[in-house]
Amino acid sequence: MAHTHKSNLELIKNGMFSENTIFRMAISLCPSIAVTNSLKNGMALGIAVVFVQTMVNVTISAIRKFIHPKIRIPIFMLIIAGYVTIIDMVMSTYFRAIYAQIGLYIQIIVAFASIFARAEVFASKNKVIPSFMDGFGMGVGFLLAMIVISFFREFLGKGELFGITIVAGKPLLIMILPAGGFLAVGLLMAFFNWIDMRFYGGKGASGV
Amino acid sequence: MDFNKLFELIIAASLINNFVFTRFLGLCIFFGVSKKMETAIGMSITFTSVMVISAALSWVVFTQVMMENALYAGSPDLTFLKIIIFIGIVAAFVQSADTIMKKVSPTMYYKLGVYLALITTNCIILAVPLINAGEGYTFIESMAFGLGSGLGFALALIIMASIREKLELADVPRPFRGLPISFVVAGLIALAFTGFSGLITL
Repeated sequence: MAHTHKSNLELIKNGMFSENTIFRMAISLCPSIAVTNSLKNGMALGIAVVFVQTMVNVTISAIRKFIHPKIRIPIFMLIIAGYVTIIDMVMSTYFRAIYAQIGLYIQIIVAFASIFARAEVFASKNKVIPSFMDGFGMGVGFLLAMIVISFFREFLGKGELFGITIVAGKPLLIMILPAGGFLAVGLLMAFFNWIDMRFYGGKGASGV
Repeated sequence: MDFNKLFELIIAASLINNFVFTRFLGLCIFFGVSKKMETAIGMSITFTSVMVISAALSWVVFTQVMMENALYAGSPDLTFLKIIIFIGIVAAFVQSADTIMKKVSPTMYYKLGVYLALITTNCIILAVPLINAGEGYTFIESMAFGLGSGLGFALALIIMASIREKLELADVPRPFRGLPISFVVAGLIALAFTGFSGLITL
């Protein structure tokens, strides 16, 4: 991937739209359904991912010349696990209420294919500043996806945003149940595909 | 040994809190592998076995090494390292299972070996030891929980594979083709699984 020509701002935009983790590449899906039943939780996980993704990219890029190719996988996992442990401890102390609900999924960040893939594909081959931009962009793309899905689900499922009631009246309870999560992501993915096909002439195949 | 509790754990992990449909873990692999029945079955077998053994291994390491006063009186509390250690255990186990299977049973390796590599980044494999550690299950209870989660995953995969094989022949609208329609299907199955939620009143 020849990202050396792209300006830093383009790298961020890339992570946010054309290579958006969830909607276009369909990896790291697990948490997108689990935590998006409310905007607060979704944003919390999104911010955690921005932190981990950016720091992992920067760290791996900084030491890329010293990593022997054969042991790079355990080293990457170690670095990712380290940063996840940090954000896990920070959140469990300072954001107790949110952590009580999504703590398990914060720890699962360690298994995110997207962070690992980015480290492998980009950070290990590029300098520190572009890696920072790329990690940040990918993280923000993830955060954006979280916000969109959570918005959809919390608004339709409870008529609230951030716990503030916006629409009174019977909400669609299914949207905040696990089933609704699947439905929401499926519909949103189809929507993104449709936009892609209609306005950009793409073939709209997200994932398989 | 409290068989009631063990049975409850297995039912809870496989049906009530099914890891795929209720906890949303293991989705990437779930959608990737459930396209054909053979791959689904192969993955289920591999996954359940790896799950039970990893649950056992992590339990041993967690209680005998990492907890306070575990190794010797006054040994430090290393539980904050559990994320790193569990991933390490799973990765090491999968790697050794890979090598051993290649030598001992090449035919089985040929059929199931490819799934082993996929399992390492599976969210469920990490989640089960974490939950075991958090809930403080005993050794047998941890394995029961691992077995239940493996069976639940197998159930999810097989149901999904049978539906997706039929979907291949259906006329799906273009934006929905591929993953989006699978998600919608998963949502409907998840809705059905919600029916299990009152099965065991704990």
